[in-house]
Amino acid sequence: MSSRKSKSNNVIHAEYLSQVQRILQVQYKHLIELLKRTAIYGESNSVLIIGPRGSGKTMLINHALKELMEVEEVSENVLQVHLNGLLQINDKIALKEITRQLNLENVVGDKVFGSFAENLSFLLEALKKGDRSSSCPVIFILDEFDLFTHHKNQTLLYNLFDISQSAQTPLAVIGLTCRLDILELLEKRVKSRFSHRQIHLMNSFGFPQYLKIFKEQLSLPAEFPDKLFSEKWNENVQCLMEDRSVREVLQKHFNVSKNLRSLHMLLMLALNRVTASHPFMTAADLMEANQLCSMDSKANIVHGLSVLEICLIIAMKHLNDIYEEEPFNFQMVYNEFQKFVQRKAHSVYNFEKPVVMKAAFFYAQQLPACLQEMDAGQFPPQMATCIHLQVLKWRGGIILIQIFLTS
Amino acid sequence: MACYSTRLRTRQTYSWVGKPFLNPKLHYHSYKEMSVKIEGGLTEIHIQVGQFVLIEGDDDENPYVAKLVELFEDDSEPHSKKRARVQWFIRFCEVPVSKRHLLGRKPAAQEIFWYDYPACNSNINAETIIGRVQVVALGPDEVIPMDLKNEETLFVKLSWNEKTFRPLSSELFAEFDKLRECSPRCQKPVGAKTKAVRSPSWTRAEHDIKRIESRHSTSKSRPTPSHPATPRAKKRLELSALKTPQKTGEIHSSCARNDKKASPDCQRILRTRVPALNTMEIIEERTLKPIYRGWPSSVVPSVILTPKNIKKREAEEPEAQDETTSTSHRIRRKSSFLTLNRIRQQLRFLGNSISNQEEDEFLPAAEISDSSSEEEETSTPPLRGRTSSRVSRDPSSSMKSSLQTPSKTPKKTPKPHTPRHATPQIRSRNLAAQEPASVLEEARLRLHVSAVPESLPCREQEFQNIYNFVESKLLDHTGGCMYISGVPGTGKTATVHEVIRCLQQAAKANDVPPFQYIEVNGMKLTEPHQVYVQILQKLTGQKATANHAAELLAKRFLTQRSSQETTVLLVDELDLLWTQKQDVMYNLFDWPTHKEARLVVLTIANTMDLPERIMMNRVSSRLGLTRMSFQPYTHSQLQQILISRLKNIKAFEDDAIQLVARKVAALSGDARRCLDICRRATEICEFSCRKPDSPGLVTIAHLLQAVDEMFSSSYITAIKNSSVLEQSFLRAILAEFRRSGLEEATFQQVYSQHVALCRMEGLPYPTMSETMAVCSNLGSCHLLLVEPSRNDLLLRVRLNVSQDDVLYALKE
Repeated sequence: MSSRKSKSNNVIHAEYLSQVQRILQVQYKHLIELLKRTAIYGESNSVLIIGPRGSGKTMLINHALKELMEVEEVSENVLQVHLNGLLQINDKIALKEITRQLNLENVVGDKVFGSFAENLSFLLEALKKGDRSSSCPVIFILDEFDLFTHHKNQTLLYNLFDISQSAQTPLAVIGLTCRLDILELLEKRVKSRFSHRQIHLMNSFGFPQYLKIFKEQLSLPAEFPDKLFSEKWNENVQCLMEDRSVREVLQKHFNVSKNLRSLHMLLMLALNRVTASHPFMTAADLMEANQLCSMDSKANIVHGLSVLEICLIIAMKHLNDIYEEEPFNFQMVYNEFQKFVQRKAHSVYNFEKPVVMKAAFFYAQQLPACLQEMDAGQFPPQMATCIHLQVLKWRGGIILIQIFLTS
Repeated sequence: MACYSTRLRTRQTYSWVGKPFLNPKLHYHSYKEMSVKIEGGLTEIHIQVGQFVLIEGDDDENPYVAKLVELFEDDSEPHSKKRARVQWFIRFCEVPVSKRHLLGRKPAAQEIFWYDYPACNSNINAETIIGRVQVVALGPDEVIPMDLKNEETLFVKLSWNEKTFRPLSSELFAEFDKLRECSPRCQKPVGAKTKAVRSPSWTRAEHDIKRIESRHSTSKSRPTPSHPATPRAKKRLELSALKTPQKTGEIHSSCARNDKKASPDCQRILRTRVPALNTMEIIEERTLKPIYRGWPSSVVPSVILTPKNIKKREAEEPEAQDETTSTSHRIRRKSSFLTLNRIRQQLRFLGNSISNQEEDEFLPAAEISDSSSEEEETSTPPLRGRTSSRVSRDPSSSMKSSLQTPSKTPKKTPKPHTPRHATPQIRSRNLAAQEPASVLEEARLRLHVSAVPESLPCREQEFQNIYNFVESKLLDHTGGCMYISGVPGTGKTATVHEVIRCLQQAAKANDVPPFQYIEVNGMKLTEPHQVYVQILQKLTGQKATANHAAELLAKRFLTQRSSQETTVLLVDELDLLWTQKQDVMYNLFDWPTHKEARLVVLTIANTMDLPERIMMNRVSSRLGLTRMSFQPYTHSQLQQILISRLKNIKAFEDDAIQLVARKVAALSGDARRCLDICRRATEICEFSCRKPDSPGLVTIAHLLQAVDEMFSSSYITAIKNSSVLEQSFLRAILAEFRRSGLEEATFQQVYSQHVALCRMEGLPYPTMSETMAVCSNLGSCHLLLVEPSRNDLLLRVRLNVSQDDVLYALKE
C-alpha cells in the first residue's frame, strides 16, 4: 500500500504540470510563441516573468521549454543557459557559468577562466560573431532576476539585452522574479534595451477554482492500475470536497494564501496519514494537517516554559501594561515578581534573586523573539539589566497564563 | 583524403637505393632514393629526394605532408638510423584554431600551406614516411579545383608562418620548378640544392612581399616600373610524380611514372592552361629586366625560370606596387627605425618583468638584434610552445641523436590551450532560420531594434555635424574630441556608426584619408582601466595588462611617427570610465591634443552635463566644447521612423502608427520602446485573428493592448489578486497610518489593527505566525517595504505603493 501512496504522489506532480498550463493559458501561449520565434526565426527577445512566490513561474518556463524541445527542428538548434541569482552572485561567476553551459571552454582549452576582463571580452566576442540566420539561438533563463540587478554596473544585463537588441547571435533573455518593481531596479540604459515585455502570474483564481484544483490534485487518473481502488478513492475525494469541515479548512487556507505550493504542502501532510489500515483520507486528517500548518510558533515556545519563567513573563507583561512600551530593567521585573509571590505565597515558591536572574537571562537568550536588546554595559554591577519586553499578545500564551493563574 | 593506415608500418621495410655519398661537412652518408617495401605485398614504393611525402602523424586520416629534402644515415647511433630532412607543409586543420580566421576564407578540402617556420624541427625518422603524395602549387588567384577525382593531389597556395598567411614567394615557385627540372632522372643531388634555396635570401624576399601586402593601399596610385623581387608567378606544378625533365617556362607536360591514376588529371589541368602560358612569355621577358638592377641576389636565376600566366593588366599592377612599396619602405626605415627599436627595447624590458603570458607576445632578444629588415614584426612566433609540445608528444624522443633531435611524429596539430587567440563562436544552427512568411512577420522583422535601416531619418542634422567634425579632422590630420549626449534610445550610437560607415566608404573612394576605427563601450568593460587593454588590442592586436597598455598607448600617441593614419575612437557609455583620479578620462582626452597622435575621440553618454558634474576641470577642459545633444524624438519623428521602417508593407493602420508615436513621445521619446510596442502589437494582431486568409492589419485596439501590457502598473492587479488576509493586512496598514499620521508602522501596531479588522469582518482569529507569513509575502513582492524579519514584532513596515492605489485596488 505504501507503494500506492507514493504513486499517487507522483500523479499529483504530473497533474500539477498540466494544471499550471491550464490556469496560465494566456501567459503560457505568450511565452511559447516567443520562444518559438527565437528558436525558429532567430528573433531576439527579452521578457520578464513576474509573479509572487509559488505562482508557478519556474513551472511555466520549464513546461514551455519542455514543449519547445519536443519540436524536432528546434531541439537540435537551441542552446540553453540557466542562471540563478542566488548562485551566480556576481558577474564573474555568472560569466564562467555561461561559458561552461555554452560548452565554450573546450574551444579554448584549460585557460578559459582567466581574468574577469578576458572572460567578458571572450564571451562578448563569441556572441558577437553570430548573426540572425546562421547562429544557434541561445535561451538565457535568469532565475531570481532581481538579484542580477544588484551586480556592479549591471554589466551582464546590459550586455545580454544589448545583444538581444542588435544583429548578433539570437538571444532570448527570460527573467523570473517575484518583485513587482523590477523595472525600477534597472539602470536607465539597461531598461531602454529591455523590450518591456512582462508576463504577470497573479494567482487570479477564486475559491471555486481552488476547490477544483484541490479535487484534481487528489484524484487518481484513469490509467491507475488498480481500477477498483481508484474508483473508491476518487469517490472519497468527491465526498471530501463536499464536506463542510473540509471546505472550511480549505477556505481558511485560501484566505491566508492563494499559493498553490502551500496547498500542496497541506495535502502532502494529510496524505502522509494514509496507510494500509487507513486507506482513505478523511476530513479529520485534513484538519489535523491544517493545524500543523497554521501552528503559532510563539505559543509553542511558551508551552515549554517552567513556572518561574512563566511568572517572570507575567511580571514583564504587567510592567509593559503599566509603562506603555517603555523599557524596564531587571530590578523592576524582580520587584513585580516579589509582589506576585507575596500575593500567591501558597502556590509559588520564592526563588532567590540570582536564580531569578539566571532564569530571566536564560529566557532572554532562548527567546530572542520576545526579549530584545540586553544592554550588556549596564548588566553586571547593579544587576539592572535593561530588558525591553515586547507586547506578548499571542493567543495561546494568554490562554496558558490564564490556566496557570486559575489553577 | 584517403585513410593511410599506419598500422601497416610494422610490415614495411625501408631500404636505401643507390650509392651513398658522403656529405663533406657533416660527415654522414646521404642518399637520393629510398624504397619502401610492404611485406606480403608485391608493391614497392620508391621515394626520392625532392618528392612530396606523407608522414605518419597523430591523425591517421590526415597524415602530415612534407617535401623530402634529404635522406641520410645517422651514424652516431649504435645501429644506424635512417633519417630524413623535410620541409613541412601544414594542413588547415593543423593551423591553431585561433589563427584560422586569418585565412579569411574557407579552405579547400585539399589545400595545404607551405610551412614557413624555421624553428620547426625538420629532421625526422625516415621510417615514419608512409608514402608519396602529389602537391601542386597554385598562384594567388587561381582557383583550387574542387571536383578532382584524384584525392591524392594536394594544393599549395599560401605559406603560413605561425602568424600570417602569405602568397608563395617567387623563390618558392622557382624551387618547385627546379625540383621538377632536376627531378630524379637528372640524377642530381637535390638535397644540397634545396638547402641553398632555403638560405636567407628567400626569407628576405618573403618579408618584402609581406610589406607589399600591407602597404597595398598607399602605393596604388604610383605608376613605376616593376620590382623584381616578387614576380607573381602562377602555375601549377606536379612535382611528386613528374619524371620528365623540363627545359624552361614552357608548357609543362607531365607524365606520372608511377601514379597512373593521377596523370590524366594532371594533363587535363595543364592543357587548359596552355594559352595563358604562351602569352605570358613575352611579358615576362620585359618585366624581368629590372631584376638585375634591383636585387642582385640568389633570387635572379630562379626568377628567370618562372613563367607567368596572368593577364597583362593583372601582372603589371602588383609589380607597380612592389616598386613603390619598396622605395617607400626604404624611406620609412630611417625614421621609423629609431622609434621602433626603442619600443622594442622597452617591450623586451617590460616583457621580462611582466609575466609569462606576455612573453611570447613580445620580441625575445635574439630577434631584436637582426630585426632590421622586418619592421612589422612586432611579435615572434611562440617558439617555446611549439617545440615543447612536439617533444612531449613525440614517442620516439627518447632516442636522441647528437646530430638531430629525432622527432618521428611531427607536431603540427593545433594547440588547444591558447585562449588569448581563440576566436570563440556559438555553434551554428543545423537548420537554417526560417524566413518570414507573412506580412506581419516581415513587419516584425523590420521593426526589431536590431534591424539596420538604410538611412536614419530625423537625425540628419546630427549626422551632418558629426560627419563634418570627423571629416575635417581627418583632412587636417589633426585630432579632437567630441561629446555626444542624449537619453537612451535616441540614436546616438547608431548615428555615429552611420557616420563611420560613410567615412569608410569615402576613404575607399579616396575622398578622405584612410583612418582606423576603434570602438569601446564602458559597459562592456569590467573596470575603467580595461579600456586601455581594449584599445591597444584593437589597434595593434597586442595583449597587455592595463598599466602596460596605458604606457604603450601613451608612447604610441605621444611620440612622433611618420606616415600614420588617423585613429577614430568611439567611447560609448563614457560615464562608466569615471575613476577616483579620473586618469582614464584624462588620458583619453589628452591624447588628441597632441599633434602627433592624430586621434579623434567621440564620446557618448546619457547625461548632458556630465563634463560639469563629474569631471575635474582639467579633464573637462581637455574635452573641449564640441558638444552635441540628441533630443528625445518627437511624435512626428517617431512616426517617420516607423513609416520608414515599414516602407512598402501595409501592416499597420495609419492612425495606429500615430497613436503609438504620440504615446511613446509623451512617455520617453525612446525609439526602442516605440519599435518594441509595434512588434508586440503585430503579435497580438496575429494571435487574435487566426483566420488563415486574412493577413490582418494592426489596429488601434491591438496597439492599445500592447501599450497597456508594457506600461500599466502591475501593483493594482497584484493587490486585487492577493488573498483575503493579505488584503486585510494592507487595510490594517492603511488604518494604522491614518491613526498615527506617519508613513511607517511597526508590525506590532499593524497586527493589532489587523486582529481588529478580522474580528469585524468575521474572519477567524489570525495567529501571529500566519500574519507574519502574510507580511513577508507582501514584502517579497515589494508591495511593502519591510525590514529583515529578525526584528519580529518591531519590524518596520512601509507601503511601496501609494495609499490611493491601495484604496482603489481594495474597493470592490
